[in-house]
Amino acid sequence: MADSTYPIGGSLELPRVEQPRTWLETLQDWVITVDHKRLGLMYMGYALVFLIVGGVEAMLMRIQLARPNNGFISPEVYNRIFTMHGTTMVFLMGMPMLIGFANYLVPLMIGARDMAFPRLNAFSFWMTALGGLLLYYSFVGGVGLQGAGSAPDTTWWAYAPLTERAFSRGHTMDYWALSLIVSGFGTVGAAVNLIATTLCMRCKGMTLMRMPLFVWLNLVVGTLLLVAITPLTAAQIMLIIDRYLGGHFFDASAGGSPVMWNHFFWIFGHPEVYVLVLPAFAIANEIIPVFSRKAIFGYPAMVAASVGIGFISLGVWAHHMFTVGMDSTSNAFFVLSSELVGVPTGIKIFNWIATMWGGKIRFQTPMLFCTAFVIQFLFAGLTGIMLSVAPFDWQLHNSYFVVAHFHYVLVGAIVVCFFAAFYYWYPKMTGKMLNETMGKWHFWLFILGFHMTFDLMHIPGLLGMPRSIYTYEADRGWGGWNMLVTIGAAIQAIAILLFFFNLVYSYFRGAAAGPDPWDAWTLEWTTSSPPPVYNFAADPVVASRRPLWDLKHPEDTDSRYE
Amino acid sequence: MSTVTASLEHGQSSSDWPMPDKGVVGMVSLIVAESAIFTIFVIAYIYYIGKSLSGPTPRQVLEVPVWNTVCLLSSSLTMWLAERSLRQNAMRVFCGWWALTEALGATFLTGTAIEWHKLIYHDGLTISTNLFGTTFYSLVGLHATHVIVGLIMLTLVLIFGLTGKLKPEHSRRVEVLSLYWHFVDAVWVVVFTVVYIVGR
Repeated sequence: MADSTYPIGGSLELPRVEQPRTWLETLQDWVITVDHKRLGLMYMGYALVFLIVGGVEAMLMRIQLARPNNGFISPEVYNRIFTMHGTTMVFLMGMPMLIGFANYLVPLMIGARDMAFPRLNAFSFWMTALGGLLLYYSFVGGVGLQGAGSAPDTTWWAYAPLTERAFSRGHTMDYWALSLIVSGFGTVGAAVNLIATTLCMRCKGMTLMRMPLFVWLNLVVGTLLLVAITPLTAAQIMLIIDRYLGGHFFDASAGGSPVMWNHFFWIFGHPEVYVLVLPAFAIANEIIPVFSRKAIFGYPAMVAASVGIGFISLGVWAHHMFTVGMDSTSNAFFVLSSELVGVPTGIKIFNWIATMWGGKIRFQTPMLFCTAFVIQFLFAGLTGIMLSVAPFDWQLHNSYFVVAHFHYVLVGAIVVCFFAAFYYWYPKMTGKMLNETMGKWHFWLFILGFHMTFDLMHIPGLLGMPRSIYTYEADRGWGGWNMLVTIGAAIQAIAILLFFFNLVYSYFRGAAAGPDPWDAWTLEWTTSSPPPVYNFAADPVVASRRPLWDLKHPEDTDSRYE
Repeated sequence: MSTVTASLEHGQSSSDWPMPDKGVVGMVSLIVAESAIFTIFVIAYIYYIGKSLSGPTPRQVLEVPVWNTVCLLSSSLTMWLAERSLRQNAMRVFCGWWALTEALGATFLTGTAIEWHKLIYHDGLTISTNLFGTTFYSLVGLHATHVIVGLIMLTLVLIFGLTGKLKPEHSRRVEVLSLYWHFVDAVWVVVFTVVYIVGR
């Protein structure tokens, strides 16, 4: 056998001090914890709460739009709801979820005891949590002037000068800006931690080119966060200076330029899309090989493509701004750079297919979600290429076609992969399997609802339905499509409720998982489920990309081929 | 196979499996993030040069802060000398150089305070006067904030040094802090060039 000498399920025989504990002591344990696994779970729990909140907001919008001339909610409330839906899903659901998975899994996958800076990790989580509270506090404390609104209502990209004092009275924009600054600090802390952990805490033998692709992707995400979140923080500081100190950054009446905000926001906003989608790739990279019973196809190409996407994503932001009116050189540059993203993402899709090709595929729930992810991400990419062409974008900018496109990425790729990850790693995190029957129901219902909603949503977009509108006239011919879209959204909601029920049900009634229920190959499956506080009783030593394969198949180790 | 006690050592710095220092990597990451913030403010400053609709203009009111700049930049040198003495276990020399570093940083801040006092009370330039005021106070203020944070950290180290708590084995941590200070100095070169040379 090669020098992979770590014990499977290795745990120390520590004397367990079982004292009767009050719920208050347990709560205190969780509040003061610096353990990466507990913080990871707290990030995920936080994200799940806001998945429900953001989902309810989405349902409110869909009910309002189901019929023409509907009056289910008022126009003011509608504006607040779509602003809060966008902000919530990006900052309070998507990012905490990906950071939660990274927090939980990266140290385990690289054979480390914890993150590089455990206390910074706790600090980051609580900053993120405070950010979410600040944003939602605006519902309570945001009323400044009569009729000024009780939540931000300027859309999640909050274009100037709508956000200036004169147009957004009261304190709702202030809560919005402060919330994003505060949670931004938390995110930067998490990114610093991720990078330092990945580069400095790897166990013996874990060279960069032996890291699981999940870890590689999260390293790229960490780096992107460093340079993507901070421009947003800077822009929010400028906004606060404008609003509180009478500055003129985005104030056209004093020579300032509202278009500056567009640039600064999308310099953050586009890399942010990749910050969210790369973890989805990371999850698929782990699940697809395990369920196809083959090593990932083209590991070095996958690494190169991930890093390539990271770089290219920093230079595509103005494809959100074709209709602002840039000169033709800028337009051409951003068209070409945006289309360039299709190359590394194409490499990834081919590699996933090649991994499945000829494999003995097990279609359990995690793999079902990942298969759907590959197909849906391809479709999302194709409409993305269409929209990256400036003249096409001029036609369809701010229409429901665009809404359908990016929800195809955010839901069809990212949320679907998060579901896959829950089914795949829930056994590791809790020691219980998620119920497979409910999982299949969840999958098929969700996929049905997803395609009904977002496939059909392209059509009213092509017919000219603009986004962010409160209602529409009956003679436009959008009514039938919107009704179908709303029904699809309701089916998705049922599927997600089933998922939540499954999470709770399986925790109490699920089958015991054991350390390695999927016959997988990365280091986290060597620990017991859930892993002990110290992760590994002895520092693991690895000799290949699939250390657990080496251990299970000493006659045919990967290290002989790599 | 390593023993259980070895795993409690956090797997770091074992001689046969060298890994980068996590303090340095963490600080470099933070510096990258900070650079992005400064980049946005610098871009905003450059973009708005000459776009103010009313006075005063930079040429009318700004004076090149040569003395300030010399102080801040030389503090990087004194800090390097302090670190060297720390490694050689010359604690008194270390405290001397370190205190001088702080004094130079404080001089810089005082210089900025005097400059701002003149701008506000003599020239009537505030953050809300015009675009120049908005961008100037934001960018220079952002940098000054970093100097203040740096000075607080430096003071902590000085207290540890004077009370004898700081030992040569902590030199790696002091180095990590010094990276931050050198970064703040380096940013000043950019801010100085943009505000006092290009923008004036």
